[in-house]
Amino acid sequence: MTRFWTRLIVLLTVILGVNYVAWRWMASLNWDAWWIAVPLVLAETYSLIDVMLFGLTVWNIKFRKPPPPAPADATVDVFITTYNEPLDLVMTTALAAKDITWPHSTWILDDGDRPEMRELAEANGIGYVTRGADWTPDMPRHAKAGNLNNALMVTSGEYLLILDADQIPEPDILDKTLGYFNDDKVALVQTPQYFINVPADDPLGSQAPLFYGPIQQGKDGWNAAFFCGSNAILRREALMQLGLVGYVKATEKSIRRALAASRTAIKKARRSSEAENPLVAQMLNEVEAATESAQRELEAGASLSEITYRVRRKVDDAVRTLVAADFSALQSDLEEIAAMELAHVGESGVTTVASDAVDRMSGRDWSPLGALESVHAVLDAISVERTDEAQPIMPLATISVTEDMATAMRLHGLGWKSVYHHEILANGLAPEDVKTMLTQRLRWAQGTMQVLLRENPLVQRRLTWGQRLMYFSTMWTYLSGFAAVVYFAAPIIYLTLGILPVNSISFDFFIRFIPFMVVNQLLFLVAGHGIPTWRGQQYSLALFPTWIKACTTAARNVWFGRPLGFAVTPKARQSGGPSWSLIRPQIIVAVLLAVALVVGLIRLLAGMSEPLGTLVNVAWVAFDLVVLSVLVKAVLYKGFVPEGVGPERPEERNADAV
Amino acid sequence: MQFSYEVNDSYAEVKGVGRLNMVAAPKLREVVAEVVAAGSSRVVVNLAETDFMDSSGLGALIGCLKAARQAGGDLRIAGVQPQVRMVLELTNMDRVLTAYPTAEAAFGDD
Repeated sequence: MTRFWTRLIVLLTVILGVNYVAWRWMASLNWDAWWIAVPLVLAETYSLIDVMLFGLTVWNIKFRKPPPPAPADATVDVFITTYNEPLDLVMTTALAAKDITWPHSTWILDDGDRPEMRELAEANGIGYVTRGADWTPDMPRHAKAGNLNNALMVTSGEYLLILDADQIPEPDILDKTLGYFNDDKVALVQTPQYFINVPADDPLGSQAPLFYGPIQQGKDGWNAAFFCGSNAILRREALMQLGLVGYVKATEKSIRRALAASRTAIKKARRSSEAENPLVAQMLNEVEAATESAQRELEAGASLSEITYRVRRKVDDAVRTLVAADFSALQSDLEEIAAMELAHVGESGVTTVASDAVDRMSGRDWSPLGALESVHAVLDAISVERTDEAQPIMPLATISVTEDMATAMRLHGLGWKSVYHHEILANGLAPEDVKTMLTQRLRWAQGTMQVLLRENPLVQRRLTWGQRLMYFSTMWTYLSGFAAVVYFAAPIIYLTLGILPVNSISFDFFIRFIPFMVVNQLLFLVAGHGIPTWRGQQYSLALFPTWIKACTTAARNVWFGRPLGFAVTPKARQSGGPSWSLIRPQIIVAVLLAVALVVGLIRLLAGMSEPLGTLVNVAWVAFDLVVLSVLVKAVLYKGFVPEGVGPERPEERNADAV
Repeated sequence: MQFSYEVNDSYAEVKGVGRLNMVAAPKLREVVAEVVAAGSSRVVVNLAETDFMDSSGLGALIGCLKAARQAGGDLRIAGVQPQVRMVLELTNMDRVLTAYPTAEAAFGDD
């Protein structure tokens, strides 16, 4: 029944929304003030697409029944990922994990490599994993994804429960979720992330009841429930398959690139001064012959291990032959010298070239080829060892700082299914200060934008259209920062300068705008079953500097290889007084809005603007200020005080499982 | 899964009997590391009696290939059974590894 009403309201929203925005584009633009008129109509179009994507999400909302029991012999590894969290916090989670009733092994994945952590783990009979010898300092570490990929190589459970260091699991978390894997195609079961250190009014917007509710249930309906990094169970086979497919793809790509680069490298080397040496010139000919035949073999479909092996073999043999020839010339020179000098040196004998010298000088670093760095680099890249990564198989995606979203998208691309289980089975800790909260939101947004820019879901041919749009929908919401700027600017411009982005504020406007707004709010009310969504709406506008920064830094990172300025979210509260400087842009906007309010009223009294326009814009400014007011509360928030009544849970445990 | 190996003049042959899955994968890595460390970097993994392999098993093979290559040798596979061939194709791993009919044939041209 809920589904029927939801769908009806989605349809109404789309019809009324398109009706309004189409009218805005076709009949309402004030082209004299195009510089604000066009941005505003673009922002409104953005918002319409946003709500349509939300509508599409909840269109297929899925309420799951509890799964059947899992086979009793299913083996599970429980991973607790940590980097620098306090030891007692990690241990609280680890001990709770150890108490999970389903038979399993518990592991602390300590990326901080702390001896005290190891001791504590061992003393409590908990496994301890830290990066192995392959993770040399010159290898990319890939943060949490790297940590998990490392652990996957040293453990062997069929399923993996992944927990952040502060997510304390319930003992029955596996009993409630493993059964979904009876379906052979299920690779992932995600459960909600819920925070126990958040007061009822949630000043930092930590709880995400809309996401861990209708949005995930809706995505689940499209077989696109997201992996959110923690409180999720994964099938090892699916991850390993992903790692293998990724390995083959990365290896083939790097070999193709190296072969393509070899021509340029050889040409360049021939022009260098080293190539005047006839020995080097001959070696270059051999390298060229080897890479050209490798290219032909590649096109003919030979296996990558054979191709790379033959290239190396040919180059090594050629180098060896040439070096040996060079040495034998040297040897005869030495003998001649010795013959000439024999009278003087007496019995000391002939100097000989050490027999292992040929071997040494034929090694890739020592031979004359070693001096030609570009050729050297090309030859190194023609390999199946994936020398640019610590381990060849990297199951969790490393293209983004939010490895979870990219991994889930690739799993879906391979045809695996995911499940969202709507029941709180772990209790976590949310950031308790604005700074940490902002860092965390920035990181999520950056990671999401990285995935969009590196692997745009809309062009992933192996995803269904529903899945593509579900991923795109989440990415689209992170573009809200640009729209927010316009929504703040438009009323300021009208109230202070009297410039209206629309032709007129008339009956035509209200008759189209108001029904759309009403049905839009109704949609959130019905789809959300009355869960609080206002906090989320406030933050999606109020954090506009964070969202914009995420877009620009991610674009610079993906397109120009610049660092993101990535930081691990601290779990302990940052000390110090209220940090107003963190929200400086928002304070400036708020002041501008307030000034606009005053100027607007003066202009109205002076007869310089019309009453209706002023009224609409004053209401708009008031809305903007209420949205921004959430940040005042956030900056003044002094952290969670657990006394008195605890925070209310959005739903009771088991409520949905029944 | 049981592993055994035998070193001859030109290569070392590692045999696996049973299921090369996530439980056996670390064992395979250990055996090959041992063989390579003992000085035989040309390794054939004979899969004639391996009737099942999963992605973890294939992952271990890649790890072993890397180890052999870094020691200056190579790792090849032989005697692939139908299920294993299917897994190789499913993960595109047949693009990387050539499946030779027998252990003798694996280094036959080399």
